[in-house]
Amino acid sequence: MNAKVFVTLKKGVLDPQGKAVQHSLGSLGYGNVQDVRLGKYVEIKLDETDKAKVDSQLKEMCEKLLANTVIEDYHYVIE
Amino acid sequence: MRFAVIVFPGSNCDHDCYHAMKHILGQEVDFIWHKEGLFQKKYDGVIIPGGFSYGDYLRTGAIARFSPVMKAVDGFAKGGGLVIGICNGFQILLEAGLLPGAMLRNESLKFICKDVYVKVINEQTPFTRCCNRGDVLRIPIAHAEGNYFADEDTLARLEDNGQVVFKYCDKDGKITSEANPNGSAHNIAGICNETRNVFGMMPHPERCAEAILGNTDGKNILASMLSHSAIFTGACSIRYTDYKQDR
Amino acid sequence: MEKIKKELEVTPELVASHGLSEEEYGRILKILGRTPTYTELGIFSVMWSEHCSYKSSRMHLRRFPTKAPWVIQGPGENAGVIDIGDGLAAVFKMESHNHPSFIEPYQGAATGVGGILRDVFTMGARPIANMDSLRFGPLDVPKNRYLLDGVVAGIAGYGNCMGIPTIAGETYFNEIYNGNNLVNAFTLGIAKKDRIFYGTASGVGNPVIYVGSQTGRDGIHGATMASEEFSEGTEEKRPTVQVGDPFTEKLLLEACLELMSKDLIIGIQDMGAAGLTSSSCEMASRGGSGMEMDLALVPRREEGMIPYELMLSESQERMLIVAKEGMEKEVEDIFKKWDLEAVTIGHVTGNGMLRVKDGGVVVAEIPAKAIADEAPVYDRPSSRPIYQDSIQDLNLDLLPVPKDLNDMLVKLLSSPTIAEKSWIYRQYDHMVRTNTVVYPGSDAGVVRIKGTNKALAMSVDCNSLYCFLHPKAGGAIAVAEAARNVVCSGARPMALTDCLNFGNPEKPETMWQFKEALEGMSLAAEELNTPVVSGNVSFYNETKGLGIYPTPVVGMVGIMDDASKAVTQYFKGEGDTIILLGETKEELGGTEYLRAVHGLQKGLPPDIDLKAEKALQDAVLEAVDAGLVKSAHDCSEGGLAVALAECCFRGEEEPLGCEVSMPIDRLRKDALLFGESQSRIIISAKPEDAGQIVGIMSRHGIPCSITGRVGGDSLKIRIGSEEAVNQPVMRLKETWLEAIPKMLRT
Repeated sequence: MNAKVFVTLKKGVLDPQGKAVQHSLGSLGYGNVQDVRLGKYVEIKLDETDKAKVDSQLKEMCEKLLANTVIEDYHYVIE
Repeated sequence: MRFAVIVFPGSNCDHDCYHAMKHILGQEVDFIWHKEGLFQKKYDGVIIPGGFSYGDYLRTGAIARFSPVMKAVDGFAKGGGLVIGICNGFQILLEAGLLPGAMLRNESLKFICKDVYVKVINEQTPFTRCCNRGDVLRIPIAHAEGNYFADEDTLARLEDNGQVVFKYCDKDGKITSEANPNGSAHNIAGICNETRNVFGMMPHPERCAEAILGNTDGKNILASMLSHSAIFTGACSIRYTDYKQDR
Repeated sequence: MEKIKKELEVTPELVASHGLSEEEYGRILKILGRTPTYTELGIFSVMWSEHCSYKSSRMHLRRFPTKAPWVIQGPGENAGVIDIGDGLAAVFKMESHNHPSFIEPYQGAATGVGGILRDVFTMGARPIANMDSLRFGPLDVPKNRYLLDGVVAGIAGYGNCMGIPTIAGETYFNEIYNGNNLVNAFTLGIAKKDRIFYGTASGVGNPVIYVGSQTGRDGIHGATMASEEFSEGTEEKRPTVQVGDPFTEKLLLEACLELMSKDLIIGIQDMGAAGLTSSSCEMASRGGSGMEMDLALVPRREEGMIPYELMLSESQERMLIVAKEGMEKEVEDIFKKWDLEAVTIGHVTGNGMLRVKDGGVVVAEIPAKAIADEAPVYDRPSSRPIYQDSIQDLNLDLLPVPKDLNDMLVKLLSSPTIAEKSWIYRQYDHMVRTNTVVYPGSDAGVVRIKGTNKALAMSVDCNSLYCFLHPKAGGAIAVAEAARNVVCSGARPMALTDCLNFGNPEKPETMWQFKEALEGMSLAAEELNTPVVSGNVSFYNETKGLGIYPTPVVGMVGIMDDASKAVTQYFKGEGDTIILLGETKEELGGTEYLRAVHGLQKGLPPDIDLKAEKALQDAVLEAVDAGLVKSAHDCSEGGLAVALAECCFRGEEEPLGCEVSMPIDRLRKDALLFGESQSRIIISAKPEDAGQIVGIMSRHGIPCSITGRVGGDSLKIRIGSEEAVNQPVMRLKETWLEAIPKMLRT
C-alpha cells in the first residue's frame, strides 16, 4: 500500500516560510492570496494489505517521528 | 571529573566541546558514539554538542533522538545527572521530550552566525552558578532553527518555575525584540527542566571560552558544571576569577 | 575485440555532440586502433574536456613558480601541500563551480564546496577553513539577487553542515558577470606531514574500492558543460546539475580520516568532475599501472543505468580507494560504522589498461595513460585585443574634481563591492571548530592551529577590472594584494592556490589575457616567494559571445608563529597614532571610484612595483613581530578614504573616529582620497611606538608618514588647510552596513 503524509505547522504557530511565500506571491500580482502555510509531504510505500493496520501504523509514525506535535499537525491518505 | 560528549552522525561541535572541557577546563572527556546504548563509565556530566545530526533532515534533532545513546542519556538525566545540550544538542533534547517546547526556523529564514548577548535570568542552576543574576554574556549563535516555541501555558510555567535560564538581550541587558536574533518566544535562549539538571541553549559557550579567541564569557557556563559536582573543590570561584581577569 | 559490447553506434554526429573535434577523434582512433565504443567515447569526451584536461591552459601553467623548500606537493595532485612546522602540513586548493551555480545556484554552489572539501580530505587532511570568492551582476537585476541568495545559501548549507568554518572571502558586483556569475571555493586542511595520501593506484592485485553515496544519473556531462559557452537553452540543462548531500559527506570525511589513521590503503581519490572515469584513469596513470573494474558491482540508486552513465555520472560524495590486498574487510568495517557503502569493484593490474566490464562483458579498454596524460595540448593563438588601447585611454582633464568629496565617500561606501558583506558571511558558520582568531570582515581570516602556538592567515583576492585593463598588472596585483592582506594580519605569506576564470580560450583575445595575467601572477609569486601549489582553470565563462573580465583569483596562505599576535584592520583605541605606509600616486584608472561614481571602467590600473611591495611586506611583518602594530589595513578598492573608514568601523565593535592630515600635494584631491595606488598600508600604534615604526620603515626604504590620530566621533581628512572629509563615523558605518540589505529588499 502507498500512503501520503502531509505535515503542516499548527494553526497559530508562526510560519515564516509561509509568510515569505505569501509576500512573494503578492508581489507577483496575486493580490487575492490570503494565507500560505508551508508543510512537508512524505510518500511511504508499505508492504502491507491490511488497511486498518496501515492506518494505525501511520498514526504511530507521525506521532513518533514524522511530525513534532508540539508545533505540527499531520494527516495522511492511504491508497 | 569526567564528561561524555555524545557523537551523532553529523555532530560537528563534538571536537569543540571536547577541547573546551579537556584542554581549557582540564577535565576527563570521552566521545560516546550514538550507537552505544549504555555508558561504560561513570560520568559527572553529559554534553550533547551542536552540529547537524542526521543532516537536520526531517526536523532538527528528530532522528537523533531515536539513537540508542538517547536511552542512556534519558536514564542519566532521570538519575539527576547533568545534561547540557548546545544548539543542535538543545534541539535534540526538545525532540526527546527532556525539555519542553520546539524549534522553528529563524524568523529571517536564514542561518545566522554572530555574537549575541544573553542575560542570566536564573543563576541558581548547575549551569549558571559561576554567573550572577542579570549578568550579560556575549556568546555566539550559529543556527537556522533557533526560534524557540512553546504554547502560552508552557511559557508561563517555564517563567514561573525559573526554568528560563538565558534570554537574548542587548549589550546593556535590555530584553528587546531588536535583540532577539531568531524570533524566540519571550527572547528565550536557554531553558532547563524542573529539576534543573537538564539544560539546553542555542548559543555556543564552547566557542568563547579562551582568551585567544577574544572572548571567555562562555567559560562561565562550562565551569559552572564543575562546581556542581559532588567532588566540588571550589573550582568555580577560581574559574570565575580567571574569567574576570580574561575579560 | 569481439568482447566489447555493442552499444549505441558511434557516428560522426555522436562524436560532435560530445564536443570532440575531428582532430581529437582522430587521436582516439589512433590510440585505440579501432572505433571507440559508446562508453569509451564518453570517457574520452569528459577526460579531454577543457575542465578535466586543461588542454588550452596546460602549457601556460608551466610558467608558474611551484617550488620552495616548504612545498611538499605542488600542482597536479588533488590539492597542494606545504610544510607548516611542528610535523604538520597545510593542504589547500581552490576550485570553481561557476556554470553549475548559474543554472541552479543553491546546488551548484553547495556541490562546489563539497567538491573542494573532498579534494582536501582525500589527501588525509582535516579541513579547518573555507573561503569563497564570488562575482555577480548588479543587484538591481532580480536574477542577480536570486543568484546571490541561492549561492550564499548553498555555500552555507554545505559548509555549515560539514562543520567547516567559512572565515573569509570576497564578493564583487559588475555587469560583466550578468550572464556568468563566478563561484570559487577554497578549502584548507591540516594533516600530519608524514601522513599525506595521494591519488595513485599501484600493486598488481590490490583491490579497488568504491565508497560513499550510490550512483545516479546526476551531473552526466557536467565536465563537458563546464567547458561550453552558455547559449539560450542552457537553463534547460538543469537535470545535469548534481545535488549535494553534506550529511553524507560529513560521514565520508570522518570515515576517510579514520581509514587513513590506519595502514590500510595505497591511494584514494575523490570522484569529482567526470566521476568514476577521472578517478580511475588518473589513479592508474599516476601509479603507472592499469585498473580493471566491473560496473555491475557499482552501487546505484536508479534502475537501468548503462555503463556509459555509470562511468560519467557526477553523483556527489563518492571516493575511489586502492587498498592493500587483504584489507578489504577492515576498510568495509570502517565505512559500515559510518553507515556508508564500501564495495570492491575491481583491482589494480600491471598492463596499464583501464578495463571496464559490465558483468562479463568488456565495455571499455583504453591505456590509462593515454586518457589522463596524453590529452591534446593546444597552443591556442593569442593576440592583444584591438580595443585594449581604447579601454586604457583615460583623460582625467575631462573629469573635474568633484566639489563635495564627502558625498563621493558616501557613494563609495554604498557601492556593493565596497559595502559591508555581513549579509553574506553571517549565513556562514565562521566560528565552528573554535579556531577562528580573526572573523570575516578584516583583511584576512585567521585560524589558530590547536596543539601549537601557530596560526594560519588566508585571503582570496582579485580585481578583475584591473585584469581587464591590463592583465599582467592585474595578475601581479591579485597576488600582491592577497599577500598584503595576509601580512596585514601578521602572517608571512607562504604559498598560493588560484582559480583562473576566463572567457572562451578559442578567442585569441582571451588567450592573450590568460597568458598576460599568468605572467603577472608568476612575477609576483616569484618576487614574494609564494609558489603556486594548486589551482583550477575555468574557461568559457561567456554568454552569447560576451566574456567575463579575466578573473584570476588568488588564494594566499600565510603562517604566524604566535597566534596571539594576530592583527586586525580595526582601530583599537583613542589617541593611537595613524601611520600611512607606501606612496600615493595619481592613479585613478580602473578604480572603484571611477566605476561607481563616474560610470567609467577604463584607464591603466595602478602601477605595481614588486620589489617595493616585498619590502613593504617585510617591514610590516618586522613591526608586527616587534609588537608595535595595533592595527593594519591595506588600501584597496576605494583608496585611502575608504580604508580609513573601514579602520574606523571596527567590525562588530562601536566605531571610532579619526583625524588625518595630508600635505597639499600636486595630486588631484580625488586621487589622493580614492586612488588605488598599490603597496600602501594604514597602521595604527601607540604614540610612543611611532618613532620605532618609522625607523623600521626607513630601514626598509618604505615611504612613511605619520598622518593622524584615532579618536572622536567623526572621520576627518584634511588636505593642507582644507577639510576634505568630515563625516560622523556612525552615519558612514550605517550607510556601509545597510547598502547590500537595502538592495536585497527592493
